[in-house]
Amino acid sequence: MIAHKSLKIIVTFTLALALLPFNAFAKDDSQAEESKDEFNPTDMIMHHIGDSHGWHFFGEGDSSFTLPLPVILFTEEDGFVTFMSSEFHHDTEGHHVVEKDGMRFVNYHEDIYKLDAGAETVEFDEEHNVLNASKPWDFSITKNVAAMFLTVILMLIFFFGLAGHHKKSKNAPAGFNNILETLVLFVRDEIARPQIGDKKYMKFMPFLLTVFFFIWITNLLGLLPGAANVTGNIAVTVSLGLFTLALILINGNKDFWQHTLWMPGIPTFVKPILAVVEVLGLIIKPVALMIRLFANITAGHIIILSLIGLIFILESAGVAGISVPFALFITVLELLVAFLQAFIFTMLSALFIGMAVAEHEHH
Amino acid sequence: MELLHVGLAALGAGLAVVGAAIGVGKIGGSAMDAIARQPEASGKIQTAMIIAAALVEGVALFGVVAALLGVLTT
Repeated sequence: MIAHKSLKIIVTFTLALALLPFNAFAKDDSQAEESKDEFNPTDMIMHHIGDSHGWHFFGEGDSSFTLPLPVILFTEEDGFVTFMSSEFHHDTEGHHVVEKDGMRFVNYHEDIYKLDAGAETVEFDEEHNVLNASKPWDFSITKNVAAMFLTVILMLIFFFGLAGHHKKSKNAPAGFNNILETLVLFVRDEIARPQIGDKKYMKFMPFLLTVFFFIWITNLLGLLPGAANVTGNIAVTVSLGLFTLALILINGNKDFWQHTLWMPGIPTFVKPILAVVEVLGLIIKPVALMIRLFANITAGHIIILSLIGLIFILESAGVAGISVPFALFITVLELLVAFLQAFIFTMLSALFIGMAVAEHEHH
Repeated sequence: MELLHVGLAALGAGLAVVGAAIGVGKIGGSAMDAIARQPEASGKIQTAMIIAAALVEGVALFGVVAALLGVLTT
């Protein structure tokens, strides 16, 4: 039975492989003239994993389906300026100038520049310093911010629903609320309690639950086609890591600081050296959290996009027979990674907080 | 020249991954041994295994991110 199944798979793959060269040859002469704007996989991947000022779903240029998002800029001379990202008309090469309150803006590779008087487009010197424009402070609701708002709204709906149930009745919740409660109890019994300790875990539950569900829901939403790559943005993970660092620093007790800065029981001349190492370790912990989440999610997106990109690199529909099942496999794997990374982030945060608040027994 | 940079970055990322693969393999293997010896402690062993694996993986990802930065800045 199993042999029969694997035989089927082998045959399918062989057929797909066999189709490959013929399709490539068939396309060779007919498409030679069309490929003047060559497919660039790096640009495609960077566009998909990067942030942008509009939420692009599909299509090209003016016929594309893009959700316009507000652009909020702050210039030191003239204060705040706002307009919708659709005013750029999908231009990211700095050609389309938007005029607002006497100031002129262009979007160059998703960076917004304010042009100097008389300039038509941004120009750069060899070291990529901008010559005829300045960069305003950008507080725009970008694609990533919009996706985060979506997660926040979902979380508010979910958990106000669950809390509302428990205000009204003392019975176990049914349906979706029951799933949520299982997950909340999972965070409490598998993460917070063993790592922080029975006495102190309650204080950190709000943070751990928020981080867990925020990362998990954004990861899952990020796997949808056309969705934003929020947890694969280093700025987002830096903020999450800083929250953990702040909690460690604020809640660290006397023992923790003693063991970090002037640890007992070792020769005095070693203490300064170890203190440096311990302080470095204090900073590296949240940095590792941040890099882990960022790199895992970004790597997953890059792999899926590369597999899909193979179809266009080799210019053959036959490749789809191989790369689409592989991409599907990786996507299913990413479902697991989405949960695992939320779990790891919460678990390690709880572990570090637990280390900071642990009571030591002095002998 | 640029190709050399990209190649070296890719090689670096590959080396980091080899290190992580050895580490995670040892962690997984030891956890299997431990679970086989004491199946009733499998829950605790799994948790400890995931934490250790995540720490090892974190180091590899440092390497990968450094390589990625190397590629993107050339």
